[in-house]
Amino acid sequence: MPDATPRGDADPITRDEVAHIAKLSMLDLSDEQLDLFTGQLAAVLEHAQDVEALDVHDVEPTHHPFGLVNVARADVVVPSLDRSEVLAQAPDVEDGRFRVPPALGEQP
Amino acid sequence: MIEYTTTDDNPAHEDALGPDWELICGLEVHVELSTRTKLFCGCRNEFGNEPNTNVCPTCLGLPGSLPVVNETAVEYAMRLGLALGCTVQRGVFARKNYFYPDMPKDFQVSQYDKPTNQDGQLTLPDGVVIGIERAHIEEDTGKSTHIGDTGRIHGATSSLVDYNRAGVPLLEIVARPDVRTAEQAKWYVAELRSIVEALGVSDAKMEEGSMRVDANVSVRPVGSTELRTRCEIKNINSINSLGKAIIHEAKRHIDLYATGEAPVQETRHWDEAANRTRPGRRKEDADDYRYFPEPDLVPLVPTDAVIEQIRAGLPALPSARRASLATAAGVTPNEVALIVERDLDALASDAIAAGAAPDRVLIHAEQSMADGSGALTAEAFAALVRMETDGELSSTQTKDVLAELIASGGSPADIAAAKGYEAMDSSELEGLLDGLIADHPDEWSRFCGDDTGDAKKMAGFFTGQIMKATKGQADGKVVNQLLQARKG
Repeated sequence: MPDATPRGDADPITRDEVAHIAKLSMLDLSDEQLDLFTGQLAAVLEHAQDVEALDVHDVEPTHHPFGLVNVARADVVVPSLDRSEVLAQAPDVEDGRFRVPPALGEQP
Repeated sequence: MIEYTTTDDNPAHEDALGPDWELICGLEVHVELSTRTKLFCGCRNEFGNEPNTNVCPTCLGLPGSLPVVNETAVEYAMRLGLALGCTVQRGVFARKNYFYPDMPKDFQVSQYDKPTNQDGQLTLPDGVVIGIERAHIEEDTGKSTHIGDTGRIHGATSSLVDYNRAGVPLLEIVARPDVRTAEQAKWYVAELRSIVEALGVSDAKMEEGSMRVDANVSVRPVGSTELRTRCEIKNINSINSLGKAIIHEAKRHIDLYATGEAPVQETRHWDEAANRTRPGRRKEDADDYRYFPEPDLVPLVPTDAVIEQIRAGLPALPSARRASLATAAGVTPNEVALIVERDLDALASDAIAAGAAPDRVLIHAEQSMADGSGALTAEAFAALVRMETDGELSSTQTKDVLAELIASGGSPADIAAAKGYEAMDSSELEGLLDGLIADHPDEWSRFCGDDTGDAKKMAGFFTGQIMKATKGQADGKVVNQLLQARKG
């Protein structure tokens, strides 16, 4: 993974960055919450910096904790769910499809 | 976001932009892999089914469900990667996080810093090489339909979502921005489509969305090596639209620079009806997707044995087929591109090998076989071309016989005989001409006169009369020779 922007020890994450991440996660945080989480996230990142201090340049990245690779399935059709049962779970349905508000803007 | 680099060894220039500006275009093509099931679950991968009938807890993103990768999708991806000369490597899935109802999990599983295929190239029929940055595996999203007056997101009152397509395997092929003309962009996509079809890994139908092309367009002053702000054009649904959209967008950038403004980095949509692009979403930084390794999937690590086995099973690719036919016909690969695209190269090569004149074989394959060769065999094709080059049939008669051979097969000699196409004896033609000269003395003296324009007109008149008298059986070339000889 590309690294996050490197920062000085004194400033692991800014309040604006927390606000930005909250926006991307569709979280509506109050000013008090922003202050609270900026401090908490900074503490988490400081802990991560302890790991960064280690020299790991010749260590293979761990992409999965179990060390397994190539777990795959055959290309065989398995019955899908019953549509009426699926749609019954949705708050709103039209023409066999999930009906959602349009307010989310354009597809990323 | 993958940082672009370009090789800058493509000499072509897009004339539509004038002499001062250069087009820089990088293409991203999504190809839906034609597996039986989706990428991470056993739901059917089929176009056109009733909405939300091919869904399960995994592709609906229900809590507790787990993905397992489809081995055929991975094999298809590697097949296409190898055909594009990519290095096939350890691939790691990552989550691309974003909130949009087309992905019920709120993330799309893709590959980020470890794509299965890296660094390849595609050679256009004219020999220009377009670099391939990567070709990574990812899942498709669901399909939203916006309900409201416009059918577009603006002014919509709600969106309806069908998840049949969510989780369908895709290979995204990201090219380096090496394309310099709209024509090259069209060739690139046509070439990629032929490769995909030859490999049998996708339907590659742009109109059904099983092949989707996004074009990153920017311009720069000729002679400069900078890469300026680019816009990504989406919603391009045919190869022709691709060319139009690229030119339109490049001109828009040039107009902005000319007035001291600059384009902003954004996604734009091609509006086919209005013949223009329209602004869409502003591009956010790649970091905003907060990619991280997908913990529910383990890495794909192809062994050398598997890679070699797939490589050995690759069919002849269009570039090799063009080279082979071009050598047989003594022309450049570019000149036989259309014939290979129509899958007529084996027929043409066999006809040439059977002794038919290569130039006539290529011309007939181009002019008469837009819909394929039908019932025509290489032997019949070769025999027909020999009859033509021996002067037994005129070119019009040859075309007629060819049409019948394509429609229902048979022997060219029999068909020509049945149509009454027998080579006209030149003494017969001489006799006809004598009669015509006697009947039309004024026309004849005009034909023999000094006014070359008028003489040409009269040559047409006499040829027409002979054709009429022979019901088109005379060979136009022979008639012309006869007329010129008579003129003295």
